[in-house]
Amino acid sequence: MRAEITLNGTGRSIEGPLLTLRRNVDIGLNEAVDVIAQDGTSRFGRIAALDDDSMVVEVLESTAGLALSDIRLRVRGEPLTFQIGPDILGRVLDGIGRPIDGGPPIAAAENRRIDGEVLNPALRALPTDFIETGVTAIDLMNSLVRGQKLPIFSGGGLPHDRLAMEIATQARLRSDAGETFSIVFVGIGISYDTAASFRHVMDETGALAHTVMFLNMANDPSAQRILTPRYALTAAEYLAFGLGHHVLVVMTDITNYCEALREVSAGHGEIPSRKGYPGYLYSDLATLYERAGWMTGVAGTVTQVPILTMPSDDISHPIPDLTGYITEGQIVLDRVLDRKGIYPPINVLPSLSRLIDQGIGDGYTDADHPALAHQLFASYSKAVRTRVLASVVGRDGLTESDQQHLDFADLFEKQLVHQDGRRGLEESFGIAWELLRKLPGAELMRLSDEQIERHLKEPRAEQETLDD
Amino acid sequence: MADAVISWVGGPIVHGRPKGSFAVGEAITVSDTQLLGEVIRVAHDRIVAQIYGDTTGLRPGTRLEGTGRALSVTLGPHLLGGIFDGLLRPLVGDDPTDRSVVFEPGLSLGDTILPGQSIGAVVENGTKRQIPTPPGLGGTIETILPAGTYPMADPVAQVRGEDGVVHGLGMLEIWPIRRSRPIQRRLVPNRPMVTGQRILDSLFPVARGGKAAIPGGFGTGKTVLQETLAKWCDADIIVYVGCGERGNEMAEVLHEFPQLLDPRTGRPLMERTVVIANTSNMPVAAREASIYTAVTVGEYFRDQGLHVALMADSTSRWAEALREVSGRLGELPAEAGYPAYLSSRLAEFYERAARVETLSGAEGSLTLIGAVSPPAGDFSEPVTSHTKRYVRSFWGLDRERAQARFYPAIHPLQSYSEDAEAFAAWWAAKGNDQWDAQRRMMLTLLEEEARLERMTRIVGKDALPPSQQMVITAADLINEAILRQSAFSENDRYCSPARQTRMLRLVIRAIDLGNAALEAGVAPQDIASLPVLRQLKRMGEDIAEDDPAAFDRLGRDLERAFAHLSEEVPHAS
Repeated sequence: MRAEITLNGTGRSIEGPLLTLRRNVDIGLNEAVDVIAQDGTSRFGRIAALDDDSMVVEVLESTAGLALSDIRLRVRGEPLTFQIGPDILGRVLDGIGRPIDGGPPIAAAENRRIDGEVLNPALRALPTDFIETGVTAIDLMNSLVRGQKLPIFSGGGLPHDRLAMEIATQARLRSDAGETFSIVFVGIGISYDTAASFRHVMDETGALAHTVMFLNMANDPSAQRILTPRYALTAAEYLAFGLGHHVLVVMTDITNYCEALREVSAGHGEIPSRKGYPGYLYSDLATLYERAGWMTGVAGTVTQVPILTMPSDDISHPIPDLTGYITEGQIVLDRVLDRKGIYPPINVLPSLSRLIDQGIGDGYTDADHPALAHQLFASYSKAVRTRVLASVVGRDGLTESDQQHLDFADLFEKQLVHQDGRRGLEESFGIAWELLRKLPGAELMRLSDEQIERHLKEPRAEQETLDD
Repeated sequence: MADAVISWVGGPIVHGRPKGSFAVGEAITVSDTQLLGEVIRVAHDRIVAQIYGDTTGLRPGTRLEGTGRALSVTLGPHLLGGIFDGLLRPLVGDDPTDRSVVFEPGLSLGDTILPGQSIGAVVENGTKRQIPTPPGLGGTIETILPAGTYPMADPVAQVRGEDGVVHGLGMLEIWPIRRSRPIQRRLVPNRPMVTGQRILDSLFPVARGGKAAIPGGFGTGKTVLQETLAKWCDADIIVYVGCGERGNEMAEVLHEFPQLLDPRTGRPLMERTVVIANTSNMPVAAREASIYTAVTVGEYFRDQGLHVALMADSTSRWAEALREVSGRLGELPAEAGYPAYLSSRLAEFYERAARVETLSGAEGSLTLIGAVSPPAGDFSEPVTSHTKRYVRSFWGLDRERAQARFYPAIHPLQSYSEDAEAFAAWWAAKGNDQWDAQRRMMLTLLEEEARLERMTRIVGKDALPPSQQMVITAADLINEAILRQSAFSENDRYCSPARQTRMLRLVIRAIDLGNAALEAGVAPQDIASLPVLRQLKRMGEDIAEDDPAAFDRLGRDLERAFAHLSEEVPHAS
């Protein structure tokens, strides 16, 4: 890091967040600067473009109140960094890593670039450890694996915050090898109510001690919103790859992040792509989501559960669409289930965990878990199709097998998806096999004869092993 | 060599004031950094270049150095089993071309050699990797090193060309990525590439040297399908390019492939594989180059008389990289913001697929399989619709099938293969002279079922006449027994042509027996509920590749079940 230099009065124009200045210092692209106005207020920014005699500073806070005369620029001589240390746990920070809990500043042990290092794909280890979230629809059918990025696709008014909180506080490993588990909670453009309720739950459950919270509020400048997940992920990487923790990052709400990105992109005068979002939205989101993972030879992992609200519940909207292409699956919340009083209202059919086959089965959960999950998907999807049919021709117009499927769909939602409080994996297995018993055995095409024999033929014996 | 001084930087684009002459497409280096770039535009007082790396810290005044040649990569036997970035620089460890390796000459003094022919081999871990003569270099061998260990970058032989000039020949070769490698002539694709996947081999085959596209929304299984193809298809060499996709997928390939054995050679799959990775968080400009790099690597092995399959996942990310760079250059956008040259770039890419006669007269092929990620799963968007114009096999993935975890989720009615008829002879030679008829029958039944499915939504299933209820039973059997195939089942992840033929015969026989029983007056629901059909639907997972006797047993069970069924209706009308 070079010594800081301060320059005076070199402004040429201000357009939106972009400040053009005469270039009279040797400075490189993306380097961080502080823009100090006449009244002494300081805004930070970075170098967005450079030519022979001018430079463009992207101001990451509001430019209102800035005048061209008497601008001073403090050059930091390096890209944006986050000074971070182990006592960050238990703290509440603002969107750019400054304490807002009244505590002391964070003692810096390391200085990390907020853009992180590109995780070399050849040095990545394959995520395999099953995380038990205590949520049946996830554990059984869309399992979360350490090092995975599994977003929650939600809609306005759906209980995604509650679900995220439950995952954050309940998640545990099947094999408790005495490893350290921490949580990075990232509020991106959230309201004061949401922030307060998160803080409250964290305090109450005692989770705050191993949590660091980053809160970028809805009324903070949008340019800062773009930095919030980067500061938070830098903290997560420090905890995981520096200190060897297993870190769960919960980010809410990615939609606010994308809105901010669109706003800033428009400010830059860039050519918009779908729905006005910049053409690089995919690459930009990838620089966040790809920071989940596990590296060979390093103890810690970063697992991400980003939450996004789909505008008008539209899964084909660019934000969920591009997210789905980057993340390793998605958990989709459904308004119809929510209205029926099913909690969590997870619609398992559009939900998916791409890494499920790496985290379940023999050696991880149960040898018959994969077949069970596939059978539940196949049967429920048939049942949902049957529902459509029944809504036209009526229940009496259905075959006996179809009627059984109809009942299965209702029970599946009420007994398996719906739950009050944490549910262990074994309990979930028991409920699932019990449900499948209601269907004709000949139609369970994803189960082998042996599996049917083992789990579905003798309900009594099965029940006993469960109670063990 | 020319050089220039940076006068402007923004994102991955730099402008420079040139001293000397730069060519469009020339590779450049940025002094004092590891950064590589490529010249996109030239004017007398300015060059515009894209930089293949992180431009953080670049500033006006930095020197750009010309290399005097187009953006090129180093090809050689070291590529197999390795993982490289979009410009073929190794992602782990030291540069493999800095090593010394064991060289075994294949020719002796005075021998004549043709371009593309092997001068010898590099021996590593018990496998021999051939060293081809580069295009344009042929003649008489003047000197050649005896067997021994030599640095990879050193020449191993000297060749006097027809023009009398002596050229050094090394183990490595440098080739510009945007130029296709020369061949003697193109041949018509004449046989399918066996993928070991029933829905592809039996319904929508791709030719050896052909081109196929896999479009699908997120979560429909593009990547699993690409990986399955890379594992089990009968190519000699696999080039797997992860273009703007997930890092964990690359980790998966690197983790799994060394442990899996090639069913044909018994060697680890990794030995026949080259992995090129530009994941979604790596520099965007190099993403655009990675596709060309991959094709160049594919052509390099093709020119040695090998059959190469290239899996590109995903071409949409490549097209988006084109769009991003184009936007930064201020070019006029066409459809959906893509540059107007998107279609011609896609054509250039897919046209590099071919079955060829190489310069040395051998037969080689390069098969291209590109995944497409259409926004919102909409196949009418520009990348999918332009791709459709150039590929001959189209494997459309279906969200509804994927949601029911019916894999591979290829929709039989949205997919096609323009080459299918031509392969009937190949299947006949493999022992199935009914292949074409079986294929048509299956497709007709699936089509018919889709129509009936729409109808039952209005009138209900029971209202259908028995023959139509039988169509639904038959299509269900085809879907479950033939089209569904688990990539994670030990027995079913690969299905040889012989096993496919057995399974097809059983399913067709069951349908024929069902129709006959129907004629004899058996109720359609009694046919549909026959327990033997469940066995048929599970035979892929239950019966292993090396157990033909089990298929024979199943065949006898099938005959017995229907015979029994007909006996129960003595008073058939």
